[in-house]
Amino acid sequence: MSRSYLPHWMHWLGSPPNFYRFAGALRPWLIAAALVCAAIGLYGGLVLAPPDFRQGDAYRIIFIHVPSAWMSLFIYACMAVTGLVALVWRVKLAEVIAMECAPIGAAFTLITLATGSLWGRPMWGTWWTWGARLTSELVLFFLYLGVIGLYNAFEDRRRGARAASLLALVGIVNLPIVHYSVVWWNTLHQGSTVDWLHLSQSSIAPSMLWPLLVMTLATHLYFFASILGRARTGLLSLEGGKQWVRSLVTETSR
Amino acid sequence: MMQFFAMGGFAMYVWPAYAVFFIVLAWDWFSPALRRRRITRALRGRIARERTRNTRATRAEAPT
Amino acid sequence: MVTAVQPIANSTPVAPTTDQRSSGTLRACAALLRRDFTLAWRRRGELFLPLLYAVIVAALFPFALGPDPELLGRIAGGVLLVIVVLAMLPALESMFRSDLEDGTLEQWLLAPQPLALLALTRVIAHWLTTVLPLIIVMPLLGALLNLPVKVLPVLMLTLLLATPLLVLLGAVLSALAAGARRSGILVALMLLPLAVPVVIFAAGAIAAAQSGMPYVAPLTWLAAALVLAIVLAPLACAAALRIAVEA
Repeated sequence: MSRSYLPHWMHWLGSPPNFYRFAGALRPWLIAAALVCAAIGLYGGLVLAPPDFRQGDAYRIIFIHVPSAWMSLFIYACMAVTGLVALVWRVKLAEVIAMECAPIGAAFTLITLATGSLWGRPMWGTWWTWGARLTSELVLFFLYLGVIGLYNAFEDRRRGARAASLLALVGIVNLPIVHYSVVWWNTLHQGSTVDWLHLSQSSIAPSMLWPLLVMTLATHLYFFASILGRARTGLLSLEGGKQWVRSLVTETSR
Repeated sequence: MMQFFAMGGFAMYVWPAYAVFFIVLAWDWFSPALRRRRITRALRGRIARERTRNTRATRAEAPT
Repeated sequence: MVTAVQPIANSTPVAPTTDQRSSGTLRACAALLRRDFTLAWRRRGELFLPLLYAVIVAALFPFALGPDPELLGRIAGGVLLVIVVLAMLPALESMFRSDLEDGTLEQWLLAPQPLALLALTRVIAHWLTTVLPLIIVMPLLGALLNLPVKVLPVLMLTLLLATPLLVLLGAVLSALAAGARRSGILVALMLLPLAVPVVIFAAGAIAAAQSGMPYVAPLTWLAAALVLAIVLAPLACAAALRIAVEA
């Protein structure tokens, strides 16, 4: 057995019925913690924190924009790592988690693009610029869409998951290359180098920093809660013929 | 209170941004639940069909 | 129906020496090239479709933007680059499809020759048959769009470096999508993120040549990326083909 050096609890958790119960038990706690953190963070960010002396109240978009941007990268990394596990060891659970990461990541990337656009409009008078961060984020969005599209184009979903995992790994090599090539491209075309966040990142006051960090924690907790729920659903559809799913379905109907 | 919602004149940018955040995440949260309901319904139908087929098969076999 | 020439030419029953084995690999690659060229020649009508597409798009630009030669000359380099990328896309999608359907890919997997090398051979054949004609007609399209004469050699050189790179990347994606039900727009969607750096550096070289600046640096980057892709992309392509064929 090639997986024998993994710790025992990983074997236990890698089994779909065990994971299904474990995720179901953990999920309510995670989402509750995420909601509490979001409430505290938003109260701190929208009410307690003073307006920025240069940007006024428009900067308050930072409390959702920056955590979403961090999440879009973090989730991609999660997807690539679980995708690698899926490709090397062919763990069914890893395949499911990698593929269920993609829609959440795409959602956070979409939020980042939309809120960034809404922030850029009052600050720099434009909805969109071809800055390095923006372009990389857009490319990231297309990478997510590619992974989702490839996975859904397969009849056999386990094979689709492996193909899409390989695409995710190709993408993680590609992402830094895109970022640096766009930086180089921007130095070539001077004048369009308005990069959002540069103004606000110079020095951030503690009263603005702590809500940002709490919101980051909230989005991480949300992601873990969401991925557990999605993985449960994914396992249910993938293991439809197995006995544990059948008994589960018939039990809950009565 | 009105001052809070006015967001220093930036209300038309700040609140849509928060709306996007919550709407997209709400979609993300509730779409698996819908998919799950669809899956369980299909599975229950399949199990019920198999059960009737099995009982019919045993009834047909019984006389011989 | 064309009968496929089997790529596995000689697998000697006795343990072959290293010399024999390497020559066998070379002969298998040559056989594969020959087969691909034969197939391309029998469907030579289809090879003209990308060319026709490129000419049509290039002819439409002056109608859309007006016939001002100065404006056309300024944008010609970038426009031709995008035209080439777009004209390459439809053929990329079906790079491995027919081989998967008629079982040739399973023979590839079983062959004693390394799968990555066979994939690389396919990439070379594909580039020679579908992309090289596009590069050859570039002077004609450049004339249509009033491309400055001094930029033309740089454009050709850029395309000679950038298109093999795109075909290598496209081969990985095409292999990934080969097992899928439908992959029409999918390969284009997947290629976009990977093509962004290539297009940026290619366009950078052309723009530098157009404004009389040194254009060697972006071309060197493209060449370095091409070398890297020649080594890595066939390996990724082989992994993708294994996923497509294996149950």
